[in-house]
Amino acid sequence: MSPKIKLVVIGNGPVGHNFLEYLVESGESAKYQVTVFGEEPLPAYDRVHLTAWFKTQSVDDINMVTEDFYPKNNFILHTGDKAASIDRENKTVTSESGLTVSYDKIILATGSFPFVPPVPGHERNNIFVYRTIDDLEKITAAAKTAKVGTVIGGGLLGLEAAKAVMDLGLKTHVVEFAPRLMAVQVDDGGGAMLSKKIEDLGVSVHTQKNTQNIGDGEDAVHKMSFADGSELETDIIVFSAGIRPRDELGRSSDLQMGERGGIVINNNCLTSDEDIYAIGEVALWDNKIFGLIAPGNAMAHAAVDHLTSTGSSEFAGADMSTKLKLMGVDVASIGDAHGNTPNSRSYTYVNDREEVYKKIVVSEDDKYLLGAVLIGDAAEYGSLLQFMLNKMELPPEPEGLILPSVDGSSSGIGVDALPDSAQLCSCLNVTKADIIEAVEAGATDMAAIKSQTKAATGCGGCAALVTQVLNSELEKLGVEVNTDLCEHFAYTRQDLYNIIRIEKIKSFAELLEKHGTGLGCDICKPTAANILASCWNDHVLESNLQGLQDTNDFYMGNMQKDGTYSVVPRVPGGEITPDKLIVLGEVAKEYGLYTKITGGQRVDLFGARVEQLPPIWRKLVDAGFETGHAYGKSLRTVKSCVGSTWCRYGVQDSMGLAITLENRYKGLRSPHKIKLAVSGCTRECAEAQSKDFGVIATENGWNLYVCGNGGMKPRHADLFASDLPEEEVIKYIDRISMFYVRTADRLQRTSVWMDNMEGGLEYLKSVIIDDKLGLAEELEKEMLNVVDTYQCEWKTTIDDPEKMKRFTHFVNSDKQDDNIIFTTEREQIRPVLSPEETLAIEVK
Amino acid sequence: MSNEKKWENICDTNDILPNMGVCALFQDQQVAIFKIVDNAGAERLFAINNYCPFSKSNTLSRGLIGSLDNKVVVASPLYKQHFDLETGICIEDGITNVNVYSVQVNGNTVQLAA
Repeated sequence: MSPKIKLVVIGNGPVGHNFLEYLVESGESAKYQVTVFGEEPLPAYDRVHLTAWFKTQSVDDINMVTEDFYPKNNFILHTGDKAASIDRENKTVTSESGLTVSYDKIILATGSFPFVPPVPGHERNNIFVYRTIDDLEKITAAAKTAKVGTVIGGGLLGLEAAKAVMDLGLKTHVVEFAPRLMAVQVDDGGGAMLSKKIEDLGVSVHTQKNTQNIGDGEDAVHKMSFADGSELETDIIVFSAGIRPRDELGRSSDLQMGERGGIVINNNCLTSDEDIYAIGEVALWDNKIFGLIAPGNAMAHAAVDHLTSTGSSEFAGADMSTKLKLMGVDVASIGDAHGNTPNSRSYTYVNDREEVYKKIVVSEDDKYLLGAVLIGDAAEYGSLLQFMLNKMELPPEPEGLILPSVDGSSSGIGVDALPDSAQLCSCLNVTKADIIEAVEAGATDMAAIKSQTKAATGCGGCAALVTQVLNSELEKLGVEVNTDLCEHFAYTRQDLYNIIRIEKIKSFAELLEKHGTGLGCDICKPTAANILASCWNDHVLESNLQGLQDTNDFYMGNMQKDGTYSVVPRVPGGEITPDKLIVLGEVAKEYGLYTKITGGQRVDLFGARVEQLPPIWRKLVDAGFETGHAYGKSLRTVKSCVGSTWCRYGVQDSMGLAITLENRYKGLRSPHKIKLAVSGCTRECAEAQSKDFGVIATENGWNLYVCGNGGMKPRHADLFASDLPEEEVIKYIDRISMFYVRTADRLQRTSVWMDNMEGGLEYLKSVIIDDKLGLAEELEKEMLNVVDTYQCEWKTTIDDPEKMKRFTHFVNSDKQDDNIIFTTEREQIRPVLSPEETLAIEVK
Repeated sequence: MSNEKKWENICDTNDILPNMGVCALFQDQQVAIFKIVDNAGAERLFAINNYCPFSKSNTLSRGLIGSLDNKVVVASPLYKQHFDLETGICIEDGITNVNVYSVQVNGNTVQLAA
């Protein structure tokens, strides 16, 4: 084997990290011995979503690196150790801590630093920049004793910073040198609308202010003095006045530099040294620095392609079009937003009531789109961008593209007109062809598209467009996107849920008569039973419900392959007294049941004949057990560790919370099974992140994770909110579960449910935390009804002689089913597997 | 062939819940009897073998009943194949079938014949 190529990656920001991801994807990474230097103490995190950190103060929210990425690929990562010098003659890199490694190739991905103009007073205390988690921690600490915060710079990052300052509870000012906000991306009209909208939120915007001095304030820490003679007092200042490339290493090792900084690269991202590449915000291409993530990723791709010769992509500049939500305001800018192209025409739509501003810039002949600005409503961003990028001919009277449609029809792009090469997702470079390929390979919903192509998993701006392409391709393939539940109901599960709730329907017969046809079937009957249970929570064996129940729900046990049932009593949180454990043992022994401990921290008893179920449950109920709903589409278990009561590492009483949660949600019927877990510290022994709801203790309360699952396609849960008190944990789980019960498809787990929601996790947060849909109170009320009407299905059943009659195998005989035959394995029963085995046993 | 079927009493009609099945022991065979009640209240009875040839278990009487393309069917509770209650034929493969029995109500008594 040839010796490995020594590759040193300098910088572990998003672009440096993505370079390594692409290297792994190229399949060539094993040929390289990779060493990475990162100045920050943490591995790469997503700077684009830095404000997300403010919400939860958890790095997990923006972490980009899966735990084992570096060790798994044998990449050596030195965090908290900056590369200090490059010796091109001896081909070595030396770090600040004194570590020297030799190299064959270098990737420079050192990024940029925030520019702080040399205003007198800029070195005072309580003045910050907005770039790293360290910066955010400092701002947060300072905000505790501050009342007023000011951001210098009204560009994209400045407004992000202003949002953070506002969220910290400070009176917020934005000071901008130019006559408008986001001067690079939007025009005067758009800037004015943006200012108006942001001032509506309580932020004061000051444009055309040239800060000349920062000194002591009278009522606040600082006083800022501007060139026009005006002044502003503020306790903290955050500079966001642009970025500069971190090009010291290029300078000190004599690489070719730009006049105003930046390391010069060619289309392969090679610097003037053919063994050194530069990518991201440190690189200067065609005299331009690209301060967005997408071009950085494109450079990383080009560098991998050139380094490994596995591809031919080159960096040839980048479209700087952008769409984002700043302080809740939609802002988008495409191409020539200012109409600088000679003889270009523009069309503008302004709506002061809705505070919407839209402008398109088109070619002289009205045929091609050159640029656009959208403020307040950026719904057309995706289609406008495609018109420009693909040089598609515009419809006649192109102003129709941004005018509100009178008849409700969309005047947007027909996705079929897009060429296959059209890039739909610029964050992750996914083209229309990639989507088509995924559809042809069997993807039929957005969740599948996201997992197979990664489209719409970056900023999410392309989700609507990708959905349109998906639907159009499905239609072309003749895949009818039929969302009808079954032939008896031309409705989705969500429709039926709403019908049942709103019309207060209590039985399947009524539902079928009013909204369905035929007799129903094994799809719609259990679905209806499930919805009726979620809404009204009547006993599953009520006379108008019993005929709808799948055999598992009817006999309140899981039918096994031989027609026997399992018996699974609830053991909340897995906590059980010795006496109860003995009862389980005694019952299992008396009825000869196969006994196994489950992953949900309880005990399964298998092999009960239908006629044995009542006496078994009589004994269990008398001993204080309840049904465990192991058979239902319902809450299963809440797994837990012992928590702070016993464990020396525990920081909260996870056991207590797990029991509370299990007792609260037991009996809740839902579109699919639901599992919870509670861990008493970050060691996460209860594996909460693999559950629909995972709760993990922190020093200050509980972190709530949502929409994870094990099973066929495991998925880690996403962090939903941090450091919650117990009441908040319960409030959020109440709301999310009822929202899931309302809106999910039949047999759809929470993970797929969330992935198919436009806006995903962020949307879910807005519905649950910010109560965007005004549903929170209703959802809580519905959950309370379920909690208040809980009954143990088994207890009610064995107390009712009428219901007991059904627990016989024959209607006309006391005999047993002679087809149920057990043999013995490892000292317990098991069903015989084949007729041959049966014969063997009988002969014996 | 004789027109005279030999009917055997099985159970009371009320022993079978509406739109559900029971299992009867009939001439040493396990027979699943289903009672379909439509929205107008009309009752129909069907009887097929209780043995599910796919799961090789005596479980068909515990399946959910319904209609598919106007055929009255039961879904096997284990692997969900559907059997036409009139003919005993499996809807999914059209080949596998289970025995069909004659069933009637005499007064309040459900009766089976081979």
